[in-house]
Amino acid sequence: MTSVTTPSQTVGPFFHDGLDRPSWADLATAGASGEKIRVEGHILDGDRAPVCDAFLEIWQANAAGRYAHNEDRQDKEFDPNFRGFGRVFTDADGRYGFTTIRPGRVAGRGNTLQAPHINVAIFARGLLKQLTTRIYFADQSAANEADPVLSAIDDDAIRRTLLAAPVESTIPTYRFDIVLQGEGETAFFEI
Amino acid sequence: MAITAPLAYAPTLPGAQPPYRHAAYGSTVKRAPLRPPIRLAHTLSEVTGPNFADGWAGANQVDLTRQHKGAPLGERMILAGSVRDQDGKPVASTLVELWQCNSSGRYTHARDQHDAPLDPNFTGAGQVLTDAEGAYRFLTIKPGAYPWRNTYNSWRPAHIHLSVFGPAFFATRLITQMYFPGDPLLDLDPIFQSTADAEARARLISRYDPNLSEAEYALGYRFDIVLRGRAATPMEA
Repeated sequence: MTSVTTPSQTVGPFFHDGLDRPSWADLATAGASGEKIRVEGHILDGDRAPVCDAFLEIWQANAAGRYAHNEDRQDKEFDPNFRGFGRVFTDADGRYGFTTIRPGRVAGRGNTLQAPHINVAIFARGLLKQLTTRIYFADQSAANEADPVLSAIDDDAIRRTLLAAPVESTIPTYRFDIVLQGEGETAFFEI
Repeated sequence: MAITAPLAYAPTLPGAQPPYRHAAYGSTVKRAPLRPPIRLAHTLSEVTGPNFADGWAGANQVDLTRQHKGAPLGERMILAGSVRDQDGKPVASTLVELWQCNSSGRYTHARDQHDAPLDPNFTGAGQVLTDAEGAYRFLTIKPGAYPWRNTYNSWRPAHIHLSVFGPAFFATRLITQMYFPGDPLLDLDPIFQSTADAEARARLISRYDPNLSEAEYALGYRFDIVLRGRAATPMEA
């Protein structure tokens, strides 16, 4: 007997004390294999105003392209030092940032291979349920061209909202702004 | 390299989850996307998620009434229930996080400007891993209602925020609010009312359970959480 799911409700503006996990902003924990990278950006609303009462959750594969989960049975190396999960709040200017390991390529459906990507959920006051998107890397063009999810998006402007752009910094850093609504609206997914 | 397509999660039933735009809740109007979301066939990325069973998220904090020197003010209550999927299968060892305001309707949060007293003996945050049967239990203080600036003289019904992971970060992750039976503010609350399906909405209201109450100590409310289950048949690869 299948029953109806519990509905989502907004996190509201006052989640910080209950959900604060400062250490979860650094996924590149001691001993994790792979290349350390940083991802930074802003979350903006339909007026392009910064969203200061939001948080992101991050879920990704390790450097070899394997998730730390028992359903991932790919023949790839499991990294006991990489969990692949993080959470970061936006600040007063709507800015967020996290450090992680560059993810490897994960198998897609059929015999496809997905381009490196980071799965992201966005929670905020005014969001009755989370928004979900993926961060891809603009400098991985060959992998991106073969990616089944990116390839299925016909509109190039929409597809480009999923590409994080490299920026100059001490470690490889990418900028990924999330526009909730309107011009430049990020591509969001229904899961 | 032949990889079998992962067993997908069941699609969400129409009306069983709130929409992004719900104009009666004013904050959705500038934050809801205008384009419909892109439907994503499930891959490993959608059906996997973080594991908390090894205690990575830290020790359980299930007694919110003993986090400070003294006892918090207000009505003690037990909040207990189970986390299951749509087929009734228990979700074991998943992380449940909780946050709430105090009995006067005030959060410890710096941006909460409601003119109601803070309680030095109450923070309103807890966490627990579900047990092998998917059960969880907290001891806390019944939260108060509080005003908010959605429309003139709007009041949020008393509620407790609950965050649950389930096995799949994209497919089962749920953050919700539990409410109390018989609250007259529920009919007027656009956040509660945002879910169209009445049966789904009813899931958000806890049930007073005398068997959960502790005599001469605390009232018991049961709140069972249902996460998405697997699709009945594997989706075509």
